[in-house]
Amino acid sequence: MTNNINDNLSLTASTAEAGITQDPWAQLKKFTRARIALGRVGSSLPTREVLDFGLAHAMARDAVHLALDVAALAADIQAQGFSTIQVHSLAPDRANYLLRPDWGRRLNDHSQQDLANLCNLKKQNTAPIDFLIVVGDGLSSLAVSRHVPPLLAEIRQHLPADWQIGPVVIASQARVAIADEIGQALNARMVAMLIGERPGLSSPDSLGIYLTYAPKLGLSDADRNCISNVRPEGLQYAAAAKKLLWLAKESMRLSVSGVALKDESDVQEITQQP
Amino acid sequence: MAYRYSVGSQTYQFADLKTVLAKATPARSGDYLAGVAAETYAERMAARMCLAAIPLKTFLEDLIIPYETDEVTRLIIDTHDQQAFAEISHLTVADFRDWLLSDAADSATLKRVAPGITPEMAAAVSKLMRNQDLILVAKKCHVSTSFRNTIGLPGHISVRLQPNHPTDDARGIAASMLDGLLYGAGDAVIGINPATDSLPALMDLYYLVDDVISQYNIPTQSCILTHVTNQIQLIERGAPVDLVFQSIAGTEKANKSFGIDIALLKEAQSAALSLNRGTVKNAAGSHNVMYFETGQGSALSANANFGVDQQTCEVRAYAVARHLSPLLINTVVGFIGPEYLYDGKQIIRAGLEDHFCGKLLGLPIGCDVCYTNHAEADQDDMDTLMTLLATAGLTFIMGIPGADDIMLNYQTTSFHDALYLRKVLGLKAAPEFELWLKAMNIMDAAGRIQPVTKTHNMLQNMPKNLLNAA
Repeated sequence: MTNNINDNLSLTASTAEAGITQDPWAQLKKFTRARIALGRVGSSLPTREVLDFGLAHAMARDAVHLALDVAALAADIQAQGFSTIQVHSLAPDRANYLLRPDWGRRLNDHSQQDLANLCNLKKQNTAPIDFLIVVGDGLSSLAVSRHVPPLLAEIRQHLPADWQIGPVVIASQARVAIADEIGQALNARMVAMLIGERPGLSSPDSLGIYLTYAPKLGLSDADRNCISNVRPEGLQYAAAAKKLLWLAKESMRLSVSGVALKDESDVQEITQQP
Repeated sequence: MAYRYSVGSQTYQFADLKTVLAKATPARSGDYLAGVAAETYAERMAARMCLAAIPLKTFLEDLIIPYETDEVTRLIIDTHDQQAFAEISHLTVADFRDWLLSDAADSATLKRVAPGITPEMAAAVSKLMRNQDLILVAKKCHVSTSFRNTIGLPGHISVRLQPNHPTDDARGIAASMLDGLLYGAGDAVIGINPATDSLPALMDLYYLVDDVISQYNIPTQSCILTHVTNQIQLIERGAPVDLVFQSIAGTEKANKSFGIDIALLKEAQSAALSLNRGTVKNAAGSHNVMYFETGQGSALSANANFGVDQQTCEVRAYAVARHLSPLLINTVVGFIGPEYLYDGKQIIRAGLEDHFCGKLLGLPIGCDVCYTNHAEADQDDMDTLMTLLATAGLTFIMGIPGADDIMLNYQTTSFHDALYLRKVLGLKAAPEFELWLKAMNIMDAAGRIQPVTKTHNMLQNMPKNLLNAA
């Protein structure tokens, strides 16, 4: 007997269909990946749906524990014309990362020192950073390795020419707020954190973007703007990059981010049309 | 003030009241993360025994977060109803548990006493209660609210239809809405968590849901779960806003991290009431227009817990909610992740505590029975918790297609789950909504869900977003 999961599922489906009350709106599935029109047995889920859900959960569980291939990601980012540096949070491994989010929000001593050295070097040689990009593995390294390189390509196209862009900082075992410490260490005016979101059943690889003006330790979620669900099946790279740059320019203009900065990028677009 | 308890030759010292509360709390990862949990099993029991002997009056005098620096504390103290408290003012925490479980504490009595119970008293007694105690007492607490239907009547359980879509695609949202309505869900609220913060896009979402509610004349209400300041702005711009949503927490600093304070919530409530969109009045002759979400761990995650355990912080958020007479309050119990509630056992316990404390304070509390993919939990744990909560008289649960939220990336409860609870426990939808389900041939006279054919009215006359597309 074969162990192929799909074979087993279709076998289950064909033998169990008989007693299922079907939902005659299955055509609406083309508009959403939500689990609609599942049908029912009595009022309960059909067997094939219980198994399908169980498989998706198993895959999402596995995604949480897959480690980010930092070297491969750095190479992909450099191929987009950015320089990169690597840092690590205080969380030594995945198990600690999951139980200690506070560790994931702080740099370890070694990385703090690296950034301090870099900042001293920079002060002597170049203008301060306007827009710093940090990439964090978060809860899905899959999201980062798949979507960060193409997203950066889009971002690069929209970056104002007069903005100083620092190196892209790749942070391992990272939470969103670690970007605040990194931004502060590098004296950046603004930081955009690209981070793997918690995996969902239908999206083990969703990327989130968090924008913070004047990053420093101790800021809260109310100080950030968020763009979520960046992936081909969600918010497209081009649209995400456009939204991010709209917010970043407004943030620069008004010297704020977070709840004080409202995303009206859609309105802006409409009014700009002839 | 210091507290102590001796077990045999060993004396356990507790620096202050919040330490007693924290160390008496059933074990959970968030309290370890905060560094406030008991260090041994024996210390936890010593803290409970110490807590048991503390008079309820102490919680009005020995404040766990200072009055001067925290507006939630000020709200709790300044709005405390001494007359309602008089009936229980002579009790210790141990006596309070015994009294709550006694037949003397019937539904009418509990309702009368509720304004005299502070969050700290509710949290304290919950720490001495077993799961069955939390269920039994919660079931005796009846809390009913109204907007376009009546929520929370005994023997009923409502469902929040949550038709989220990762890019707020109007057709995707409409498809999930239709799916839920045809499965008999949506009487608590049709509430969307938008992906966007953009005001024009949010405006479109309000009209999307409002059009569906109007088109089928559904006795329910809508809500778009964006920041309260967005909702106030949209009300000013003429959006059809039924309920105003906000996430709230149990300390001033945690609320500040959400970008809110109590005055802002009051402003939002007034704005929503001014639209006068409700059709069913509550016992006070008004409409309940607020929808709040909470969850253990939110204060700590904002670094704003001040050494108070996460469950006590959570119940303090209910004081904020109570001040604003919500239609619904929802404890999103497993959403925050394993660093706060590690596994199924901790999530189940927290869900029962939150529901009990909410009901004891007189709130229409439901539960997003849920977990994330980085927690040690699965659908079996959700089945256990939803069955226990529905047995305890839970006001509402979530309804999401197949229990899989494709926008927020977590697993919650499904339309099928709600039908399971109604079937196994004999529970009903809100009465106005049930009449609508029967009129629409979605439910039969006996309350069973009906097979839907292609010629069903709602499939023949789909929401306008779907009509052309489908």
